[in-house]
Amino acid sequence: MSEPILVVDGLNGRIAGQQVVEDVSFEVPASGVTALLGRNGVGKTSTIKSILGLIDRSGDVRLGGERIDRLPTHRIVQQGVGYVPEDREIFGSLTVAENLRLAERDARPRRELIERLFPDIHARRAQRAGTLSGGQQQMVSLARALVNENRLLLVDEPTKGLAPKIVDEVALALAEAAETVPILLVEQNLHVIRKLAERVVVLSGGRVVFTGSASDLLDDEARIQRYLGVHDATDDGADSAPVAAHDDARAASVADITEEPR
Amino acid sequence: MSTVLLLVITGLGLGALYFLVASGLSLIYGLMGVLNFAHGSFLTIAAFLGWEVGRRVSDGSWWGLLISALVGMIVGAVVAAATEYFLIRRLYERHIEQALVTVGLALATVALFEGIWGTDPIYTAKPEWLAQTTEILGAKIPNDRFLLIACAAVVLLGIVLFLQRTRYGLIIRAGVENRSMVTALGIDVRRSFTIVFAIGGAAAGLGGVLASVYYGYVSAHLGSVLLIFAFIVTVIGGLGSLTGAAIASVLVAVLQQFANFYLGGTGDLVVVIALAAVLLVRPRGLMGKVA
Repeated sequence: MSEPILVVDGLNGRIAGQQVVEDVSFEVPASGVTALLGRNGVGKTSTIKSILGLIDRSGDVRLGGERIDRLPTHRIVQQGVGYVPEDREIFGSLTVAENLRLAERDARPRRELIERLFPDIHARRAQRAGTLSGGQQQMVSLARALVNENRLLLVDEPTKGLAPKIVDEVALALAEAAETVPILLVEQNLHVIRKLAERVVVLSGGRVVFTGSASDLLDDEARIQRYLGVHDATDDGADSAPVAAHDDARAASVADITEEPR
Repeated sequence: MSTVLLLVITGLGLGALYFLVASGLSLIYGLMGVLNFAHGSFLTIAAFLGWEVGRRVSDGSWWGLLISALVGMIVGAVVAAATEYFLIRRLYERHIEQALVTVGLALATVALFEGIWGTDPIYTAKPEWLAQTTEILGAKIPNDRFLLIACAAVVLLGIVLFLQRTRYGLIIRAGVENRSMVTALGIDVRRSFTIVFAIGGAAAGLGGVLASVYYGYVSAHLGSVLLIFAFIVTVIGGLGSLTGAAIASVLVAVLQQFANFYLGGTGDLVVVIALAAVLLVRPRGLMGKVA
């Protein structure tokens, strides 16, 4: 097996002095999709932001064997890390074309790929991004990450709040992207995880509590219940099932979960 | 009618001066969230050095004025960029420290300028045409107002073109909206900070030289006086909005002129009341974003 593209070892993250990521360690293989899962509020987004240096962090993070945990965010991205943030964070006052142009780092940006994957976005190049629908804005956010040749994509809840049809489009785009670049995916939708992910890393209380193949987790209803707190509706033929639907998302503490700790 | 026209055009001239200072303030706040109390010092040092070089080249001539303006813009840009690089850069997200440093710099530089050029105003010469008036519909308009308006219009156009047509302009517009996302696209937004400071400093520097034409003198307090009104304009226009700064500059200056003429010299008071009214009715200013 080839060397992992991302190695996270003892990562800690803080927001306003409060610890939100605690001693997190995992690896992302050099190909395919690795899903970062857990209930609401366990620190999935904070883990992604810690890797990127968007929040105060410490620990050892290596991209392709080289440490990136001391680099500022823009330098980490320049090393070949694409980022699709939670809630899209497109620039609403800029046009679609300007959003994409801003993201272009490579001498030869992959405009044809974007045009092929997102024809609707291409047709709306002159439109202000803030006037797009949520699904279209998500396409812009994805397109910004895919326009460059990256070594790793960090994708945070790309299907959140989207209609089922758009969820399928997003999943399709990610599946195509995953053929050429490894992806660390934070996702709430088990249907999408089942489609895309080969490996999963489960967080609880800011710590890793399970790592393994996606099937090890998703084929075991008891584990899904224990780690994610939901019933997997995809087995019943439903289109999707939100992973973290419970309000008491942090109810399952690390102490409650003893099976297969790292 | 002629009085109204005179007040409007002189108001536009004064508004042009306010805009040259406020444009930089607004851009700097919009991108970096820095309330730069040292901005008036960029203006003053540029006015002094512009005057020093211009009078040595050709005092009271167009050529001398052009040289003064160029020197003023360069000095303003360099001093502003150096301030950002050496002082402000370490203090982003630390607003109290920013305020302390920039207020301290403003006070220290005024004392420095007084030490070098004295505490009294130094009267300056200007091209003969600028000291004359032009009659429009019966109103005798001082010619220097036309110069101020033309320069501010060119600066506004230049900044708009820079923001709309260049990659740095694109980065700055995006950065005003969401700075951390710009860095998450692999862009070193700090370089843009320095550029914005330099642009704001250059506009303030030009404003300093033109203020010496408008008032007829340079003094260590030139920047401090204009900075107060520039801040008012920036807040009324909406912090971070260049268009808002342009509109508010004109509104404030014209209002000030009318109040001075019709309400017994109460222009400054009326402007402060207008500021209070805007803050009460529309706290984000005329064109500001919702927080």
